[in-house]
Amino acid sequence: MNETIRGLVTKFGGLPVAVDQIADDADLYSAGLSSFASVQLMLGLEDAFDVEFPDTLLNRKSFSSINAIAATLTQILDKRDVA
Amino acid sequence: MDMQVSFLDRLFEAGLLIDTGVEGLYGRSGQFEDVIAAFERLIDRFGGADGAEAIRFPPGMNRAYFEKSGYMKSFPQLAGTVHSFCGCELDHVSLMKCMDEGGDWTGEQKATDIVLTPAACYPLYPTVAKRGRLPAEGGLYDLQSYCFRHEPSTDPARQQLFRMREYVCMGTQDHVTDFRQRWMDRGVQMMDAVGLTVEIDVANDPFFGRAGRMLANNQRDQNLKFELLIPVTSAAKPTACMSFNYHQDAFGTKWGLELEDGSTAHTACVGFGLERIALALFAHHGLDVKDWPAHVRKALWG
Repeated sequence: MNETIRGLVTKFGGLPVAVDQIADDADLYSAGLSSFASVQLMLGLEDAFDVEFPDTLLNRKSFSSINAIAATLTQILDKRDVA
Repeated sequence: MDMQVSFLDRLFEAGLLIDTGVEGLYGRSGQFEDVIAAFERLIDRFGGADGAEAIRFPPGMNRAYFEKSGYMKSFPQLAGTVHSFCGCELDHVSLMKCMDEGGDWTGEQKATDIVLTPAACYPLYPTVAKRGRLPAEGGLYDLQSYCFRHEPSTDPARQQLFRMREYVCMGTQDHVTDFRQRWMDRGVQMMDAVGLTVEIDVANDPFFGRAGRMLANNQRDQNLKFELLIPVTSAAKPTACMSFNYHQDAFGTKWGLELEDGSTAHTACVGFGLERIALALFAHHGLDVKDWPAHVRKALWG
């Protein structure tokens, strides 16, 4: 999952540094992720993983690192499996 | 009949606002204007000594600046563009025929170089950027403009064309966040002086769509926007009469606003919704200013 997320961060994040130089737990906002880029990334993740983020998860924390994004996605996918 | 309609009807009956047939587009009486003028003088008394540079733009802005501002990314539903007839004589004949037949004559109108100003400070940033680097003490500007937002409503506190008075501060992060805090304190003092009970709360702009939900949450998480709220048409849902916004370096980066040392400026603004404040005064103290408490009249008219 993290590799797919990295690909999307590369595509939508608009970061000034190469994504492979960013650790899984590094803060993406500190690395230069803007509010608008985070929205593009959110929409890209929804498309790639065929999910829809609920309003409660549409916040900075959900997209703050590769790990945070993976945790957010896992939370949604787990819920869907249970349902 | 709900409360909002009844307050609007009372304002019409008292002649303070004048119905134009369009929701949120009203004429104002001399008395209404006098309250706004008096409140603006009160603003001057609180902020005048700060030495802000006063600039007044008309309620339309350069469309190129508007496009660059990114307003359409965030608030496409609120924007108003100015279109005009740009055709030849033959086109004019078609236009007249279409209007005579009650058809949609607006489709052939062409966009002009003017967009209605969405917030008083929007034309300021490119104007200041063109001057070059800011002076060592940063920048402080005093603005007022009619602003347009396309949100028809029967709530008199939600008008489509309304006036916004603003102070905009440019400088370092500490400089502009101190400015913002100072005006939050002053806002409470000013409203107290005119007998209005207020609360200040964290807020977000009405960003468009689901992506906007995320932008709004981000804005709240970072405490970028606060509003001073006063009950106007509802005690449960008080109206934002002032807002206090810290833009971080977003406008500084977008427009190339630089401090004296070449670093990117941070910006903040404080906005007064002048009609909303007048409406709060009328809602709270009554529709006849002669009946307002003496201390409120003194604060406004001396």
